[in-house]
Amino acid sequence: MSNYPSDLKYTKDHEWAKKSGGNIVVGVTWHAQDALGAVVYVELPKVGATVKAHESFGVIESTKAVSELFAPVGGKVAKINDAVTGNPGSVNDDPYAAWLIEIEPSGAEFDGLMDQATYVKSLEAAK
Amino acid sequence: MSRHTPLNAAHRKLGGRMVDFAGWDMPVQYTGLIQEHEMVRTNVGLFDVSHMGEIEFKGPGALEEANRLITNDLAKATDGQAVYAGLLNEKGTFVDDVVAYRFSPEHIFICVNASNADKDFAWMAENAKKVKPVNRSNDYAQIAVQGPRAFALVQKLCGKPLDGVGTYRFTTGEVAGVGCIISRTGYTGEDGFELYCDPNSAEKLWFALIDGGAGPAGLGARDSLRTEMKYALYGNDIDDQHTPLEAGLGWIVKWDKGDFIGKAALEAQKAAGIPRKLIGFELTEPGVPRAHYAILKDGQKVGEVTSGTMGPSTKKAIGIGYVPPALAAEGSTFHVDIRNRPVAAKVVKTPFYKKG
Repeated sequence: MSNYPSDLKYTKDHEWAKKSGGNIVVGVTWHAQDALGAVVYVELPKVGATVKAHESFGVIESTKAVSELFAPVGGKVAKINDAVTGNPGSVNDDPYAAWLIEIEPSGAEFDGLMDQATYVKSLEAAK
Repeated sequence: MSRHTPLNAAHRKLGGRMVDFAGWDMPVQYTGLIQEHEMVRTNVGLFDVSHMGEIEFKGPGALEEANRLITNDLAKATDGQAVYAGLLNEKGTFVDDVVAYRFSPEHIFICVNASNADKDFAWMAENAKKVKPVNRSNDYAQIAVQGPRAFALVQKLCGKPLDGVGTYRFTTGEVAGVGCIISRTGYTGEDGFELYCDPNSAEKLWFALIDGGAGPAGLGARDSLRTEMKYALYGNDIDDQHTPLEAGLGWIVKWDKGDFIGKAALEAQKAAGIPRKLIGFELTEPGVPRAHYAILKDGQKVGEVTSGTMGPSTKKAIGIGYVPPALAAEGSTFHVDIRNRPVAAKVVKTPFYKKG
């Protein structure tokens, strides 16, 4: 399994995004969960809440640190993944299966997100 | 530029994720905090604690000199016994918390926190009257071997029987051919040893312990293990704003041993009443408490969280913090302000983690 699937888009804040119908599904990348360590708590917005691109929409906590979650695109929260808030460790098990929220986008920010190759390059540059 | 312990190369070789801690380049984890935590609770883990400082008093009057600086009583200890103690200033608040080893009345060896080593040495040098302290911090590496299998592992590598070395007792001898102070102490709530050795031999000792079946553990697991025991961490739970009485460490203050720095202030505080108490609590609603979060009662800030985590063994969101005495009893309830959301908490019995 690739750590960074090629059918996803990525942000510099280490979130991934994927189109699902008209909505955008959002999670954190393999790198994000690896840097965080064991995830023990995830706080998500309510369905119907408005999120803005690049702004915080929630919080993810590992045993040792608290990190904010940043929205790749702006819009309205269409769904949240209750399975992840109930089992935060699933983010470590498979960060791509453990999606966090689904956003009904209000703009076209999705098209400006990084593709897999660009994201992987940015990770290597940051090493 | 971070300082390196003699085991720095070993950590890198073993895949340690390195971070700056108190000016030292230290491994926060190797494979994962929770796995390393569990390893120490169920098997045996190794921690590099070479960054900690060592200060020695030697010569006639060494015991009396050290005893005047710390809250516990080395005169009541026997040779080969160690005591946990506060090193206080005149206000009765912590300069540091230390473990003082009595080799003999003329040889006292004190282990201090890495972040405080220089400050402690300066404090001791300034306040010592006859016997001057010697800073031995660069002469020792220290490896903590912790877990239910720690005793068997160290015994296997040590020629001399260690059965007689009980908790907070120590001896000297060779472990894996390396001369050590072999101390039955630790910071995890598990049985084990802390081994002090020559920095040049630290790698040899470290890898002999690994070959014997121990796994390396990082500062992350060290912190979660000690938090589950409610062991105080200097800089978080105790500091120069808090006394041992506030921190629930009255047992390390020996009132009848004669004068020591801070005693008068502690007596005054005891007479006036302890203004706040360090308690352990767990959240009764979802969330994770963290250091510096406010503790609220009826919407008002009444205290502060000093340490907190999701306990890997307790499986609960646990925290340590200062509250007014009225809220210190087991079962008392309050809220913790987590990102402007009041989250319900209750005071529980500590240590949070109990064997079995």
